[in-house]
Amino acid sequence: MIDLHGYGPSIFGGAILTIEVALLSLLLALILGLLGALAKLSSNKLLKLIATLYTTIIRGVPDLVLMLLIFFGGQMMMNEVSDWLYETYDWDVFININEFVAGVITIGFIFGAYMAETFRGAFQSVDHGQIEAGHAYGMSRWHIFRRIMFPQMMRHALPGLSNNWMVLLKTTALVSVIGLADMVRLASEAAKAVHEPFTFLLPVAGVYLALTAISEWFLKRLEIKFNAGVLTGSAA
Amino acid sequence: MLEAFLALFADNDIFNPPTLLHYWDGLVTTVQLVFLALLIGLIIALPLGIMRASDNPWISRPIWLYTYAFRGTPLLVQLYLIYYGTAQISGIQESFLWEILADAFYPCLIAFVLNTAAYTTEIIRGAIKATPRGEIEAAKAYGMSWFLRLRRIVLPSAMRRGLPAYSNEVIFMLHASSIASVVTIVDLTGAARDIYARYYAPFDAFIFVACIYLCLTFVLIFTFRKLENKLMAHLRPLS
Repeated sequence: MIDLHGYGPSIFGGAILTIEVALLSLLLALILGLLGALAKLSSNKLLKLIATLYTTIIRGVPDLVLMLLIFFGGQMMMNEVSDWLYETYDWDVFININEFVAGVITIGFIFGAYMAETFRGAFQSVDHGQIEAGHAYGMSRWHIFRRIMFPQMMRHALPGLSNNWMVLLKTTALVSVIGLADMVRLASEAAKAVHEPFTFLLPVAGVYLALTAISEWFLKRLEIKFNAGVLTGSAA
Repeated sequence: MLEAFLALFADNDIFNPPTLLHYWDGLVTTVQLVFLALLIGLIIALPLGIMRASDNPWISRPIWLYTYAFRGTPLLVQLYLIYYGTAQISGIQESFLWEILADAFYPCLIAFVLNTAAYTTEIIRGAIKATPRGEIEAAKAYGMSWFLRLRRIVLPSAMRRGLPAYSNEVIFMLHASSIASVVTIVDLTGAARDIYARYYAPFDAFIFVACIYLCLTFVLIFTFRKLENKLMAHLRPLS
């Protein structure tokens, strides 16, 4: 077994933190992605413009720059907002943009833009006649979305979603740059302290590979579930 | 003209000539790093991609292992491994290699090259695998050797097919290069961090640099779209 010089438990804690950041930002990204896709497909010009600006700008700027901007700038902005709230409404609120919040918001924001593009394509591939049929049955818009659009859309979106999730998982390593004690940061600090970079960083790389492998297995299950209604060549 | 230009800076605290020069140096470093990484990465990826597409598992499996490891781990971890790792190899600090590796630029370049080569290898493999069977059969019927087939039939069409995916990889590399600022390199992001630290002005420093990245991205997208139109002209529908 490799000797981690007593850093093992703390790096394991860092791995848990990495997974937390990844899952929370995935949740945020999925919500933003759905909203972005619906805005892009809506007939409202203003919504469309906002969504297009969002996806274009976010996808054109490096993740790290956005993260630094939100981490360093976010606190400044929040301070001004809380000052303003205090002066005008006498509300004393303090919102703390720490490394964790900044990391989750940035990653969720970035991948929301990618998810929006994935969802948009998937929504467009749902047969329009089926939506009309839903209307003809007297379904409400929410009903149509939940019963007709969403289940079929997910089938088309899943390959793109899996891809985005894999990239998102690796992007979480960036939170170590703004000071969050995730597994990359803890391992690199331990590596510097003990002068043994391979002992600490290779296991971390191994954890990422394991997480990727687990995700692949899980996403394959989901794909089978959402493709249940589709006949493939092998079924015959 | 010059006076009007200087007057523009007179009442500007942050974007004065020294700061802009710092950004310019950062831009040069970023462009150098990305261009060299992509060029060397492509040169390495071409033979690897051909090997990866081979039907012989003894040839394609080792390459798969390489691409799986490099595509499955964060670039930041790879960079740390190479940046801190090379310094620990015994005897390297006395050898001639240390002259190169002591500067952060080269370990960083090595990490970027290995990373982009892994992604590009998979792009090339996918493009080669998608070659229509009939084209290869026709080439065989003409008595072409394996190499001639590769050179005249498979690679030219595979490069066209791989171009859209490769343009994404180029943009990804440009964005990933901002990680270089973590290991003391003053690239565009590094310059922005310096200027943020000097003036404590996060919005000015980072939004400015975000705009530069955005412009670079648009230039790349535009260039690749032109290239695609040119190379794929035979596939365009008649209008």
